[in-house]
Amino acid sequence: MSTQSDAPEARGPSHRHAEMGTAAFMVLLGAITIAGSLKVGIGWAAEGPQAGFFPFWIGALIVASSAFNFLRAYAGGGRRLFAEWAQIAQVWKVVWPTAIYVGAVPWIGIYLASALLIAGFMRWLGRYGWALTLGISIGLPIIIYVTFEKWFLVPLPKGPIEDMLGL
Amino acid sequence: MEDIGNLLHGFSVVLSWQNFLYMLVGIVLGVIIGVLPGLGGANGVAILLPLTFSMPPTSAIILLSCIYWGALFGGAITSILFNIPGEPWSVATTFDGHPMAQQGKAGEALTAAFTSSFVGALFAVVVITLVAPLVAKFALQFGPAEKFSVFFLAFCSFVGMGKEPPTKTVAAMMIGFALAAVGTDTVTGQLRLTFGFTELLGGFDFLVAVIGLFGIGEILLTMEEGLSFKGKAAGINPAVVLQTWKELPRYWVTSLRSCIIGCWMGITPAGATPASFMSYGIAKRVSKTGHKFGTGEIEGVVAPETAAHAAGTSALLPMLALGVPGSPTAAVLLGGLLIWGLQPGPLLFVEQKDFVWGLIASMYLGNVVGLLVVLTMVPVFAAILRVPFGIIAPIILVICAIGAYTVHNNSFDVVMMLVFGVAGYVLKKCSYPLAPLVLAIVLGDKAEEAFRQSLLISQGSITVFWSNGLVGTIMALGLIALFWPALSNLKGRLLAPAVR
Repeated sequence: MSTQSDAPEARGPSHRHAEMGTAAFMVLLGAITIAGSLKVGIGWAAEGPQAGFFPFWIGALIVASSAFNFLRAYAGGGRRLFAEWAQIAQVWKVVWPTAIYVGAVPWIGIYLASALLIAGFMRWLGRYGWALTLGISIGLPIIIYVTFEKWFLVPLPKGPIEDMLGL
Repeated sequence: MEDIGNLLHGFSVVLSWQNFLYMLVGIVLGVIIGVLPGLGGANGVAILLPLTFSMPPTSAIILLSCIYWGALFGGAITSILFNIPGEPWSVATTFDGHPMAQQGKAGEALTAAFTSSFVGALFAVVVITLVAPLVAKFALQFGPAEKFSVFFLAFCSFVGMGKEPPTKTVAAMMIGFALAAVGTDTVTGQLRLTFGFTELLGGFDFLVAVIGLFGIGEILLTMEEGLSFKGKAAGINPAVVLQTWKELPRYWVTSLRSCIIGCWMGITPAGATPASFMSYGIAKRVSKTGHKFGTGEIEGVVAPETAAHAAGTSALLPMLALGVPGSPTAAVLLGGLLIWGLQPGPLLFVEQKDFVWGLIASMYLGNVVGLLVVLTMVPVFAAILRVPFGIIAPIILVICAIGAYTVHNNSFDVVMMLVFGVAGYVLKKCSYPLAPLVLAIVLGDKAEEAFRQSLLISQGSITVFWSNGLVGTIMALGLIALFWPALSNLKGRLLAPAVR
């Protein structure tokens, strides 16, 4: 891990805050679990323990352990960074195109979306030439099509383009 | 000696040209998966699992388990040549493996690593062959309380043996149980924790979680670190291999010790990663040349690799005999068993002899084939690593997305994959362990069912978990494992004043 950067110019969110945020979010998840369990009943019925019985205690353990983690992160000092802003920017460069990709799959199909994702990545992050970019971004979906739809007979989501081609 | 006969029968099942082909394909794919960042044993198997739905179960498990062996082998290649552990369990291999490569002894280091992996795996397979049927026979008498106690022990071991802070392990594990509880309650058929969202009716699928947490999460981590691969040249020729093989028997004590550590850590689900570190640590302390560890000692490669492979292989023992997987990858294979319509657990040894013994036989053959494949094809695999990350990353993203989609042919799962991916990145950075989380998603329903059935039998009294010697002992072991960090801490404090 390259997070223990002590260089003075390195800036970014502190590890302590990230830990506290994660723990707080987990407390919230635990609370949701408890709330959902209470809805279906956490007691004892004719058929034995009710549906919410087990998850209720799971939720309680999430809240308890995460509250402890939160307090420990809060008490623990240290100026360690979670990551530098530049590193987070790098991560973000993957997250948002993937988010668009994931959102686009149901509409334009997985083949076109994948071709666009690969092409975008290679041109924009990798700065490759058009020939290589097009070769891989078009070639890989074709390989996937043949492997999945023809060989293993597993259908993948398709969009208007595939309809046009009659695939 | 009935088992020997069963094993021979298993070999006859495996030795069809079709299964042999699956084995070969599995190993090669596995090594590639092990070499690439963002793809590992667990999510590699998870992605390919949907492709095996229509295969006969025996062929499917041979293909998938061979991917697992391949991934175990593959981790060593990146560690030694590139100083980048392709898998967490090969971190300890970098300590001496990479210095050896820098001194121009990459061939020796790789041969030692592969051979040790092979020895470790073989030891574990022998253990499985001899012990698993006995454990299964014993476990046939288990009632719900005993079943729950085994789950309890497995999960407590994570808390006690993990490197992470115990409360973080508990939190991660319980999140897994909570995710498993979403959807239809398996006992009463009632819907719970869906909050009116139709997408949540089916609950969270652990395969999607594995692909997100391990696949996407790993890519994000790799992106952050801005990896550039600068590797040492890889060359293995028969002379080097023979030369190293002549040298290796000298380390038989280290090897045997590492095998035992590995098997122990694999069966109690601590996993391959702590096994490799522990084995390296002990070898360093015990060895005559221990002070030279870290500068390129061949013994420093033998110890972690043997233990990691022994642990990775023996993790299948509890999965087969008890239905409790010892590692995330074993958990994925267990999920596969359910999908192929097999009920994991002790009955497998009675009702599905072909399957169980075919799998065990394929472990023997798969590791022999694996050793030959990696020894002959190292340069090819090293070349894959030289493909720049700018090309590899989007391709892995696409493969992960397809893997997540094919689990249920559902686009919502692809969205969940990304959510799990970002969560995996944050959790990993905050040192929350992911393995117990995944195992909890897989085993959540079964653990809950066993727990509720036990309570039903005892009319709500929790003393059912101490009602006989067997269940009481397992529960007590679980509690000891759970409070192990606190106990050793207390012991340290009690002894400290005496030292002063």
